[in-house]
Amino acid sequence: MPARIPSRVLVTASAAVLALTLTACGSSGRTAGGGSGDGALAWALTQGSEATFRASATEWNKEHPDSKINYQYFQNDPYKQKLRTAVGAGNGPVLFENWGGGGLKTYVDAGKVADLTADLNADPAWKNRIFPSVLKSTTFDGKTYGVPVNGVQPVVLYFNKQLFEEVGAEPPKTWDDLLALVKKFKAKGIAPISMGGASKWPDLMWLEYLVDRVGGPETFANIAAGNKGAWSDPAVLKAAEMIEQLVDAGGFAKGFTSVSADTGQAEAQLYTGKAAMILQGSWAYGTMATGSPKFVSAGNLGWSGFPSVSGGKGDASNIVGNTANFFSVSAQASAKDRKTAVAYLKDGVYNDTYIDSLLKNGDVPPVKDLDAKLKATDNADWTTYVYGLARDAKSFQLSWDQALTPELGNELLTHLDQLFLGEISPQQFCAQMDEAAQE
Amino acid sequence: MALPALLLFALFALVPMAIVIYLSFTRWDGLGSPAWAGADNWREALTSDVTRHALWLTVKLMVFSWIVQTPISLLLGVFVAGKQRYRALFAVFYFVPLLISTAAIAVIFKNLLDPNFGLGAALNLPVLGQDWLGDPQLAFYAVVFVITWQFVPFHTLLYQAGARQIPASLYEAASIDGAGRVAQFWHITLPQLRYTVVTSSTLMVVGSLTYFDLVFVLTGGGPGYATRILPLDMYITGFQSNEMGLASAISVVLVVAGLVVSLALVRFSGFSRMRSQQAGM
Repeated sequence: MPARIPSRVLVTASAAVLALTLTACGSSGRTAGGGSGDGALAWALTQGSEATFRASATEWNKEHPDSKINYQYFQNDPYKQKLRTAVGAGNGPVLFENWGGGGLKTYVDAGKVADLTADLNADPAWKNRIFPSVLKSTTFDGKTYGVPVNGVQPVVLYFNKQLFEEVGAEPPKTWDDLLALVKKFKAKGIAPISMGGASKWPDLMWLEYLVDRVGGPETFANIAAGNKGAWSDPAVLKAAEMIEQLVDAGGFAKGFTSVSADTGQAEAQLYTGKAAMILQGSWAYGTMATGSPKFVSAGNLGWSGFPSVSGGKGDASNIVGNTANFFSVSAQASAKDRKTAVAYLKDGVYNDTYIDSLLKNGDVPPVKDLDAKLKATDNADWTTYVYGLARDAKSFQLSWDQALTPELGNELLTHLDQLFLGEISPQQFCAQMDEAAQE
Repeated sequence: MALPALLLFALFALVPMAIVIYLSFTRWDGLGSPAWAGADNWREALTSDVTRHALWLTVKLMVFSWIVQTPISLLLGVFVAGKQRYRALFAVFYFVPLLISTAAIAVIFKNLLDPNFGLGAALNLPVLGQDWLGDPQLAFYAVVFVITWQFVPFHTLLYQAGARQIPASLYEAASIDGAGRVAQFWHITLPQLRYTVVTSSTLMVVGSLTYFDLVFVLTGGGPGYATRILPLDMYITGFQSNEMGLASAISVVLVVAGLVVSLALVRFSGFSRMRSQQAGM
C-alpha cells in the first residue's frame, strides 16, 4: 500500500519534532524565566516582601548594569515543589528564598547550597549587624548557608480590646488566667480563641509555646537532635495534655478545624468581634490591618506574649515563630553569578531604603540598632514591640515544621491535628511521634 | 498505522511507569541521587496504617459516589431528554457546573461550607452551619456531596443522549398496550440504557480513583486522615514529605487498583461483548 510510506515518514517526522520540542522545553527551562535573561536569577515568594524585593532589584540593576539581579516570584506551596524539582535537576536559580531549618538542610546535605561563612567572616560589619539567633536557622555544623532578607516573625497572642473591656478582663499572664478567660468569654457567648485549624500549622504554635514554657528550649533541642524517646519527654506530654484541656474547655471557636489560615478568616473572627484572641505569627498584624484598617487604627487590636506556666522551666521572654525568610546561593552557580549574588546580599539588601520599605509593611528586620527608625514609623507601637521581642528573647525557637525534616514535620502536623480533634490522646500523640522519629 | 499511537503511549505511559517502578525500590528525597532501598518502600506501603486507610477511603469514595450519582443522573437524564421547551432551559442552567474548573468549585464550596462565614451563617440556618469540612465524621460526606454536584451534570448528559436514542416506536407500542409512564420506564427506558449505565459507571468508578484536585483544595486530606484518599496520600508522601520512593510505591498500587477495577467492570458488565441495543427490532 503506497499510503504506508508517507505514514512512516510522518512518524519519523513527528518523532523528530517531538524530540525537538522536548529538548527545547528542557533547555528553555534552564534559562527561562529571567525575562531579559541576563544577570543572576533570583526566586522569591509573591506574598510578604515582594514589593521590597522588586524595588531593591530595580535600584541595584540601575547601579550595577554589569551584574544584574533578575527576580521571579512564586506562590508559597507551588514554589516549594518547583524549587525542589529545579534544584534536583540542576536547573535551580542562583539565589533562592527559603525558611532555613530542616528544609534548607536537605538542600545543604545534597550539596546544592553555597557556604557563605567565608563571605560573612570577611565582612564583620555585615555579619555582626544581623541578630545571631536568626542566623542560627541557616547555620549547620558551624557553616552559614543563608542570610535573612525580611522581617522577624515571632508568634504573639493578639486580642480584641473591645471584647476584653466588655467582659472586664485583662490579657492573660499565666495559663490559669487563660483558662479562666475561656470560661468568662464562653459565658458571654463569645468564642475565646479563633484558629485556622484546617491549615494544621497554627495548631503547632500552641504546642511549641507550651513545650517551651513547661520544659524550656532543651526539650525541643532533644527532639531536633533525634534522641530516642524525646517526644515522650514529660514536658511534651504535659503540653499535649494542656492542649487537650483547652480544647475540651471549648477554648477554640466552633468549627476551628475547618477554618483555613490562608484566607484570613481566623483573623476576621477577631476583628469582627466573634472571637476574643488568636495566637498567630507577626504577619497576622498585616492581615488584620488590611482586613479592617479601622479596627487596627482605632487601637482596638491588642497583643501580648504567650502566658507563662506555673512551675515551668521556660523563660517568659522565649519566643517561637519563623526567624525570617532567607536568601541562599546555589552551589551550582557560576563564579560570576555567585559574586553578583553575594554583593547583592551585602549591599542591595538591608540598606536604608530597603529597611524603610520593610518597615512600611509592618515587617521588622532582624538587624541591630533600629530603634530610631522604628519610632518614626506609622505603626511604631507594633514594630517596636516586635523588635524588642526578637532582640530580648532568651531563645527564639524556629517553627518545628521548618526545623525538622519535611518528612517528620508533616507527620507532626497530622498527629497534632488528630490531638486537637480529640481523635488521639496525649499519650498516643507522644508515642506516635516517637515512633515516627525513629523511622 | 498504530505505530504513532504506540510510540506516544510508550513515551508518555510506559517509560514513566518503568521509572516509577524503579523509584519505588529506592530512597530518594528529590534532590540527591536515588539510593537503592530494596523492598523497604513496598513493605512500608503495604503495611502502613495510613496507606491502608487511604486505600479503604478510596474504595469507599468509589462506592459512595457511584451509589449517589447514578440514580440522580439517570433520572435527570431521562427527564431532560423530553421535548418540552422549559427542559431545554433547565438543561442550560443545570450544566453550568460542567464549565467550572475543579479548583474553582472546591474554593467556592470551601467558602460556602465555612461554619462562621458560610451559607449557614449567612442564611442563619444552624442546620447548614455544621462544621462540614472540619468534623472527621462529616468531611467525607461533604466531599461526596461536592463531587456529586460537580459530576452529575456530565453523567446526566450521557443519559440524556442515551435516552434520546431510544426509538419512539417502542413507547408508542407500549402505550397502545396500556403501559403507564412508570411501567415504560422500567420495561423500556432502563433496559435500553443498559450500556449507558455501564459507560457512565465505568467513568465514575475509574474517575473516583483520580479525585485528587477537588479533595486537595477542599480539605487537603484532613481533618486528621478523614479524607486522605490514595492519590492524596501519594502526593503528600512525595511532594510534602519528600519521600519519592514510598510515593512511587503508592502510585503503583494506585495503577494496579485502577487496572483491576476497569478489567472487572469490563468483564462483569458484558461491555466486551456489547451487542446492538436494538437487536431483534
